[in-house]
Parts: sequence; C-alpha cells; structure tokens
Amino acid sequence: MTVRNLLAMIEKVDPEVFDRLNSRRGAVRHFSSFSKRTALTALPFALGSLFKKAYAQSTNPEVEAVLQFALTLEYLEAEFYTLALGSPALIPQGAALNAITTIRDQEDKHVSFLKTTLEGLGKTPVSKPEFDFSGGKGTGQGAFPSVFTNYDTFLSLAQTFEDTGVRAYKGQAAELLGAGEVLTSILKIHSVEARHASHIRQMRHAGGANVKPWITGKENDIGAAVQSSYDGEEADTQGGISISAINGFPITTAAATESFDEPLSRERVLAIIDPFIVS
Amino acid sequence: MLPMRGLNKGKELKVLTRNGEPVSSKVPRRTFLQYAALGGAGLAWIASGCKKEPLQEGVYLGAGDIGILNYLYMLEQLEAAFYTQVTQAFYTGATTTETALLNDIRDHEIAHREFFKNALGQVAIPSLDINLSAIDFTSRTSVLETARVFEDLGVSAYNGVGALIKGEAYLVFAGKIVSVEARHAALIRDLISDGSFAGSEVVDENGLDKALSPDEVLVVTSAYITTIINSEDLPTV
Repeated sequence: MTVRNLLAMIEKVDPEVFDRLNSRRGAVRHFSSFSKRTALTALPFALGSLFKKAYAQSTNPEVEAVLQFALTLEYLEAEFYTLALGSPALIPQGAALNAITTIRDQEDKHVSFLKTTLEGLGKTPVSKPEFDFSGGKGTGQGAFPSVFTNYDTFLSLAQTFEDTGVRAYKGQAAELLGAGEVLTSILKIHSVEARHASHIRQMRHAGGANVKPWITGKENDIGAAVQSSYDGEEADTQGGISISAINGFPITTAAATESFDEPLSRERVLAIIDPFIVS
Repeated sequence: MLPMRGLNKGKELKVLTRNGEPVSSKVPRRTFLQYAALGGAGLAWIASGCKKEPLQEGVYLGAGDIGILNYLYMLEQLEAAFYTQVTQAFYTGATTTETALLNDIRDHEIAHREFFKNALGQVAIPSLDINLSAIDFTSRTSVLETARVFEDLGVSAYNGVGALIKGEAYLVFAGKIVSVEARHAALIRDLISDGSFAGSEVVDENGLDKALSPDEVLVVTSAYITTIINSEDLPTV
C-alpha cells in the first residue's frame, strides 16, 4: 500500500485529513472529532508520529484557560437572560420578547458549545457559578437591585454584559494566536456578541436612551457602577496611527473611537463581573 | 509535482483568471504530499516549491500577514466607497435616524480604510476600481440589502482570516474592527427587519457567526471590484 492509497482511504473516513496534516496547529484543530481516531489504528509506524501530532489533544494550557473563562462569561449571560425571561411582566411582549429570547438561546448555545469543546479536549468544564445580578455579591442589594423588575435597568445591564463580552473575547483572541479552529470559534462567538450588543443598544435607544449601536468614546449613560466596562474605549490612536481626521478625511474623534472596539484583559473582565458572582 | 488531481478536487474555488486560465491559491494537499514523498526525512514543511510567479495582471495582495492586511484593506475600500455614495444622496424616504446612522457607518469605514492604508504604507495596494452601478441608490431596499451583504460578508471575512494571521498586533487590530462591522451588520439587518440582527442565516445552530475564506469572499467582491485581484499567495488553512 502506498502512502497515497493509504491517505485516500483515510480521507473516506476523515475528509479533512489533508487539512489536518498540513495545519501548523493541527493539534488543536478539529478537537472534538476524536471518534475519527479509530481509523488510525492500522497506520504504519513510520507515519505514526505525524498523525499523532495532527490528532493529539491540545497541550497548550492557555487554550483551556481561555475556554474556561469564556464559559464563565457565557454562564453569566445565559442565566441573566433566562432569569429575565422568567420574571413576570419584565420584558414587553412582541419584538422585545422575541429579541431577548433569540439572545438567550444563543448564549445557551455558547455554553453548550464551549462545554463540548472543553470535553473534546479532555478537560472538565468549570461549573456554573452562583450569580447575584443586583451586583451585590449575594446580598441582592448591589447597584442594580431592580434588575428583574425594572425593564430599563435590565436593558442597561444587558448592554453592559454584551459590550463587556465583546471586549473580553477580543482580549482573548491574541492569547489564541495560531490556535487554528479554536481561535476561529472564539472569533465567531465574538462577532455574535457584538450583534447582540448592537441590538440591545438599539432597544435602549428606542426607549429614549442616548446610545448608538456602537460605543462612542468611553461614554456610558448607565452609571459609575459600569464605567470600568467602557474605560479604554476612548482610544483614537491605533498602532501609532491617529484616526481622527486621518489623511484629511473629516473623521471626528467620536467617529474615530466608534470605529475600533477595544479589548479587555481577563483580569479586568473578572474584576468587572466579580460583583455579580456569589461563588 | 506528484500526480494528485484525484485527491485535489472539490475544495477549490476558482476566483481569478489569467488569460482565461483558472487560478487558485489553495495548495495544502500538494504541500502534504511533498512532505510524504520525503519519507519522513524531516518535519519541515516544503511549501516554497509551490510558490508561483506573481501574476503580471491585476493587483497583487502579497503573502503572509501583508497579504491578509491588503485583503482587508480591499474590503474596506469597497465598503467605504459604497457608503460614500449612499450618503451623497440618500435613498427615498430615509429618516433622520437612518441618515445619521449611515453617516456614522461611512465614517467608520473610511477610518478603517485609511488605517489600513497608513499601516501598510509602502506595501499597500493602490486604490481599486469599484463599480457600484448595479445598486439603485434611490431605493431603500437596494441600498440596505447591499449594505447587509457587505456587512455580513465583512464579519465572515475577518472571522475567516483570524487564524491565518501570524502577528499578534495584526490579529488584535482585526479583532477591534470586526466587532464594529458586526455592530453595523446587526443594525442594518434590523433596519431591514427588526429582530433579524442575529438570524439563522448568519448565526448557526451552535450560536456561531460565519467565517469565510478569502477565496469565498472574493467571489462576492469581484462583482463590485473591477480591478483584478491576485490573491494567490494569501495564506491558507
């Protein structure tokens, strides 16, 4: 049997074997497809190390750390919307209820996806924390005691969580440089969170809040309690390039800051969500 | 080169033509087979043997991160040109809210375009020829549907190249821009149909947005960018 015949046979079982073998980080790609490894038992020893490299579980601890962190964020968002949807007369029937349901369902899917991904890597997903969405760390008397009885308060916190989520995922992307499919998956969640943020901001605007679908400067009309979610968004220089009035175009500083969302480190995000986590 | 046509079919998208000849930059299987032919003599991938002469025609995006940044610059050129025209004479019935939002988006896209131009400096591609004559700029439906295509495409294009980027700073810049494109996409979708910001056409059963390869994106953009784009040395998965 020639190598090419062998590969043709494997391709019938695993159509992506060629991509897998060529990926520099094949080790962390297609991490959940372990059942396909059974096809490899008959491989000649000479190729063994090559396939092992392509199919082995990730050994990069940073990948797990990012995924566990992301899972914690998704637990928070999913539970937040689930409790809101379970609160009588909080969310108006119709478009608002439909939108929040769409978002909740997608946060639930993110939880499932991240748990499955971690399990595929042979890791144990972290457990769901106990939350206090008043921001009171278990007292129920934080900055948002009316979160599930006052619609405006609920939407304000929803905007904060979504905008923070966008910044959190963005901050983790760099940690996954070269991590192939794991990075791509995180980016795919990242842009969904941005879609959510845009819509929640539109919902708030429709209710009279002075917000746009994008973040202007480090503006925050919600209150000091969430300012840390927006600090840093006022950047109007990117990589040493001033964006305001760039190349003579009439780009205002406000537009310059809207044009780029800014990342947050894991540490800063954990500090932001700390008041909402009891244990 | 080993004969490999039987193994190499199916995954390629023919995007460009050079004298009528299909061109593709996807060479992963070839690369592997070159490795296999060495009989395990070393772990270095032999990719250089597949390098082709740059096309004489068209605009050459380049290789590696430069190629990716030029590819993103190309997309921003298209978006900025589109919104510039949209905002020069708004479609019939545009509300003040809509004109304000579309003016904002135009400024964001110009900011992105000029950022890439300055960041790339000497290696930046030139301004591309763009033909938007298929769009009826007096029609709200035509404008917003085109905007939706461009914004969703932009999101999936950025998502599709993240894993190909080598330089951490470049990945961060792409990340800073893609979420703004996603904010645009959600808004435009909601202007067309409220509540469609994350519809099943763009977010899959795992709650994930789309990612498209440059080859897939170039099929769409080639309908508007009349300059021939040579993407043959862009990195592939």
